[in-house]
Amino acid sequence: MPVDQSLVGRVFPPTRPYVVSEEKIRTFVESTGGDYAGGPAPATFPIVLAFDAMNAFLEAESIDLFRIVHGEQKFAYERPVVPGDVLTATLTVATLRQIAGNDIIGTTSEITDGSGALVCSTSATLVHRGADG
Amino acid sequence: MTLDTQVFTITRADLVRYAEASGDHNPIHQDESVAVGVGLPGVIAHGMYTMALAARAVSEWFPDSEVVSFGCKFTNPVVVPADGGVELEVVGEVKGTEDGLTTVLLTVTCDGVKVLGMPRAVLREAALRG
Repeated sequence: MPVDQSLVGRVFPPTRPYVVSEEKIRTFVESTGGDYAGGPAPATFPIVLAFDAMNAFLEAESIDLFRIVHGEQKFAYERPVVPGDVLTATLTVATLRQIAGNDIIGTTSEITDGSGALVCSTSATLVHRGADG
Repeated sequence: MTLDTQVFTITRADLVRYAEASGDHNPIHQDESVAVGVGLPGVIAHGMYTMALAARAVSEWFPDSEVVSFGCKFTNPVVVPADGGVELEVVGEVKGTEDGLTTVLLTVTCDGVKVLGMPRAVLREAALRG
């Protein structure tokens, strides 16, 4: 079933606060084969927050994660993520198109710190593969 | 200026570790039957895993630079075999520096096929390693 067009412009509730620790950054860095000696998180670390927000959105709309393929991801950083940050992500559905039985869902997520300041804004294009596709 | 090409090997075990670390447990990155069932050629790497490796290459080239923006499209899947692994090649080219911001254009391929579309990083006060 196609995703409901009325979703465009919908802002989903902020995700639960996520406490960034050296251990979480190390786990992330090591999962990509790198070494972590402290300091800022790598550039794609905020996807942890954005993914959390996306999951909540998919669950709310009863969209199966296994039908989702990632089309595009962009990050714009106000500052690096550092240990001690308490972050939340707020997802907005920006665009929605149907192409060849697939839904192409454009989302933006604003990642803010404990003071409410923007740390990173990220946009994602999600391809929802139709059941017949 | 062309940067030193970096090569990474991706295995299914890497995808399991990355799923844990990132929270992305989409079964298309673990389970062949689910992946094929939605029309994929097999188990594929998380797009964000490939992007994380591209970011790793950038941070190897410019270890102390702050990333201002980073983005790409996921144009072709990186199919990861059940045994062994697949090689990902990351080529970087410094396009130029303006107002203290350096733009790095990447070419990320797997078996000679581009897997990321227009991957591009912008760095502040970029200084090459060494």
